[in-house]
Amino acid sequence: MSSRGKDMRRAYFKNNWIAALVVAPQLLIIFVFFYWPTSQALYWAFTFEQPWGGGNEWAGFENFRMILTDGRYWDSIRVSIVYAAGATVLSMGMALILAVFADRQLRGYKYYRIGAIWPYAVAAPAVGLAFRFIFNPSAGIMSYVNAAFPGFWDPILNGDHALLMVIIAGAWKQVAYNFIFFLAGLQSIPRSLIEAGAMDGATVLRRMRDIQLPLLAPTFFFVLVINITDSFTDSFGIVDTMTAGGPARATNLMVYKIYVDGFQGLDYSGAAAQSIILMFLVIALTVIQFRYIERKVHYT
Amino acid sequence: MANIDIRRVTKSYGKDEVIHGVDLTVNNGEFVVILGPSGCGKSTLLRMIAGLEDISGGEISIAGTVVNDLEPRQRGCAMVFQNYALYPHMTVAENIGYALKVAGMKKPERLDKVRAVAKSVGLEEFMDRKPGQLSGGQRQRVAMARAIIREPKVFLFDEPLSNLDAKLRVQMRHEIRRIHNRIKATSVFVTHDQHEGMTLADRMVIMNKGTIDQVGTPEEVYNRPATVYVAGFIGSPAMNFLSGQISAEQGAILLADDSRIEISGAQARTHVGALVQLGLRPEDMTLCAPGAGHLTGTFDFYEELGSAGLYHLMIEDVPFTVLSSAKPRFQHGDPVGVLADLSKLHVFRAQDGVRIDMDASVTRQMEPAE
Repeated sequence: MSSRGKDMRRAYFKNNWIAALVVAPQLLIIFVFFYWPTSQALYWAFTFEQPWGGGNEWAGFENFRMILTDGRYWDSIRVSIVYAAGATVLSMGMALILAVFADRQLRGYKYYRIGAIWPYAVAAPAVGLAFRFIFNPSAGIMSYVNAAFPGFWDPILNGDHALLMVIIAGAWKQVAYNFIFFLAGLQSIPRSLIEAGAMDGATVLRRMRDIQLPLLAPTFFFVLVINITDSFTDSFGIVDTMTAGGPARATNLMVYKIYVDGFQGLDYSGAAAQSIILMFLVIALTVIQFRYIERKVHYT
Repeated sequence: MANIDIRRVTKSYGKDEVIHGVDLTVNNGEFVVILGPSGCGKSTLLRMIAGLEDISGGEISIAGTVVNDLEPRQRGCAMVFQNYALYPHMTVAENIGYALKVAGMKKPERLDKVRAVAKSVGLEEFMDRKPGQLSGGQRQRVAMARAIIREPKVFLFDEPLSNLDAKLRVQMRHEIRRIHNRIKATSVFVTHDQHEGMTLADRMVIMNKGTIDQVGTPEEVYNRPATVYVAGFIGSPAMNFLSGQISAEQGAILLADDSRIEISGAQARTHVGALVQLGLRPEDMTLCAPGAGHLTGTFDFYEELGSAGLYHLMIEDVPFTVLSSAKPRFQHGDPVGVLADLSKLHVFRAQDGVRIDMDASVTRQMEPAE
């Protein structure tokens, strides 16, 4: 957009006080719910906080040194990365397939569309509980599989199974969100382009590959950033209800470890330092995605 | 190369029928323009030929093969879309060559062909650009090239010039005609612009509310419009219409202001007493002294057109225009006489709008008006 275009959309206030008044509620919310806690966490991360309150002591980088030399923390990072990659790939893949079918407008697609959006309205703990029953090795549908193949599925004892279960639940929760964006992205592709593809002799699958998916790239990128960010920061509810980080910390995602160390272990300083690390990790990932992927997805 | 046969084709969306049993044959190598206002079904008809819309009833065949149930890619048609529908993520070369790539042509051969076609439409300098970096005219050329490269049996154009400015539109019109003369593919061109229709067409098809009113050469359509609708649609400035009645005895048409226009006896006798619409083109009349001509009106205002002037008159509260290169001057309200060239008089039945002095050259009968 030209700079002139930007100027034309900007509203000018003669009186700066009115402008300040108008933006004040927004700024207040951002300050109270973001900057204040973040700065507080930052402060705690560089001090030793007492568990029951009452005075603290400057610690410098000691908290960070302790965390980063703790093998369990690195385990948690590894598990988080596996979870983020798994949940993102799974949920985006599923959402894309569902959206492509919804976009074809086959019979009954309106009901199907509503059905596909619905899961987003389900709260994470509810999702966790539901999947806990579904994947319960001795009560859910998996119990039948276990009856046929003993020991096939046991997320209570097997860490890999537990992580897979959490990934599936997390992905399922995110599918609906991704579906909405993918469907909107597909529907914003002009119909005439698809028709031109048909006239050029491309089959349905070929058109999808050569025309629809490339044009969906900007949406794809946006959804990717949101999903990765989300899977690092918003997986608490599912982990807490399904595995509580177990077995043997196999699903102890970074965000869950922060909760456990901070609120159960009462190590506020360590938890704060972990929050700061997680925040910078997410920022770094987002910057990388914008720098290396975004430039490849915009055409005009 | 192929001819297109359209037999009793209908199109319905749910209960609404928008095309009511259309018959049309487009001969091999012919350039046919389908002309009509928006909503008349012309684009729908074109898209049914292309295979982008289902055919609700009737039959379309291309080169003798019924294509009703064939996919677009099996029909051998190429189409130029109104908004060009270029693939925004592909370069000009990739856009032009996409059909060949899909068809599995090897890359070196494909690139040679793309280059040749691009050169023929003057795009060779823009091969690596994306459509977003091209002007409207250049995009139009890419769309043309993309259609040409497939060497299609049938060329379909869906209002391809309507997004261009006036000057470029004329220029591209000439280029389309030139390309057609070179490759001689059977072409169907849909437009609402009568100038495009008149200048491009071997034959014109005038559509009105889902039916065809007339098929004929531009000259036939202009000189012998089959219905009052065609008469009013073709020609600029538009034809004037006056209501009248064919009198019983004198071989004349009586108009509302009691003036009479003599017509030949044969026509008058077969339609005695019929209520008619009288059509007169502004260029087929001259101005004269009040009372000296066939009609008398009052002068309303004048439009300067450069080579001629357009005189707006009122005849019995009906607006009426006369084109005159003599450019006489009048004051508002002056009485003015109008002398008509009666050999170019058009008479239509008031009841259904069908031309009365039809002869054998116009074959299609109108269905009764609703």
